[in-house]
Amino acid sequence: MSQAASHAAPHAVEAAESPLTPESWGKLGMWIFLAGDAVGFGTLLAAYGVMRSTSADWPNPYEVLGINLTAVMTFLLICSSVTMVKALEWLGKGDRGKCRMFLFFTALGGAIFVSLQAYEWTHLIHRGLHVDGNPWGAALFGTSFFIVTGFHGLHVTGGVIYLLSVIGVVSRRPDPAASYNVVEIVGLYWHFVDLVWIMVFTFMYLL
Amino acid sequence: MAGEHKHPNYMAIFWLLAVLTVVELIVVFLPFGKMVNGTLLCALAVGKAAVVAMYFMHLRFETRTLGLIAIVPLAIATLLVFVILPDAFFVDHKTANVKPAAEAPAKH
Repeated sequence: MSQAASHAAPHAVEAAESPLTPESWGKLGMWIFLAGDAVGFGTLLAAYGVMRSTSADWPNPYEVLGINLTAVMTFLLICSSVTMVKALEWLGKGDRGKCRMFLFFTALGGAIFVSLQAYEWTHLIHRGLHVDGNPWGAALFGTSFFIVTGFHGLHVTGGVIYLLSVIGVVSRRPDPAASYNVVEIVGLYWHFVDLVWIMVFTFMYLL
Repeated sequence: MAGEHKHPNYMAIFWLLAVLTVVELIVVFLPFGKMVNGTLLCALAVGKAAVVAMYFMHLRFETRTLGLIAIVPLAIATLLVFVILPDAFFVDHKTANVKPAAEAPAKH
């Protein structure tokens, strides 16, 4: 009896915390959001595939769009993913200052990414790429380009704001362990945006 | 909590992703034709995405249930591809708006 009771006590807490993620409900929530978001991006890219394969005059993306700048942007996002994991690593070691610095670098990488995208869009619009037509062929080429890269750009913009607000959270909580979960969750979002860009870069620019 | 994660070597993963990106840029200009290049590029993209999810997003070190949640969109995406496959590849005629696009500026 006494053995059963002593066994039940620690288990009762465990069971209430759910077998899903004993560590954090927030993390579970973010993963579910990202799963939904992934389906959203998947649908956009699948629709792009259908439009492209049923079109007889789809322009060659890497000739029209140019991939030098986008390759730099891809590299930039990979770098910002590294600064993101570094931020979490430093927080785990208890250094809030270094964590905030790396979070800031991550946000900066995202901001530069969006700026380069704005530059790229401006450049392409000047060359005649519009949502309703372009000089190279299928009008849907421009439509899908702006929708997909725009949707991703909005995610990056949102991510930069999210990161900056998390810097605020880390600043306000004196105990590093108290904000570990928050930083880990923003990290999930940020890496996901990087992951989606890998897909967008391949399907919209390289193929 | 922090101690539970085995931290992978992030710099090694960074270099792996950087090298794979360079490989992608080289593959674009390989003379193997659209089919082979496309397959290679898709494989590279999926590989890179998997590396990001597994190591940066720590999916490798998470519980199985969380892995299941992450796998669901992949399953849905695969289904989606099969659903739209007829639309993509078995259409009798291909749409082309070369002519309307060329005429459009003249009308305005």
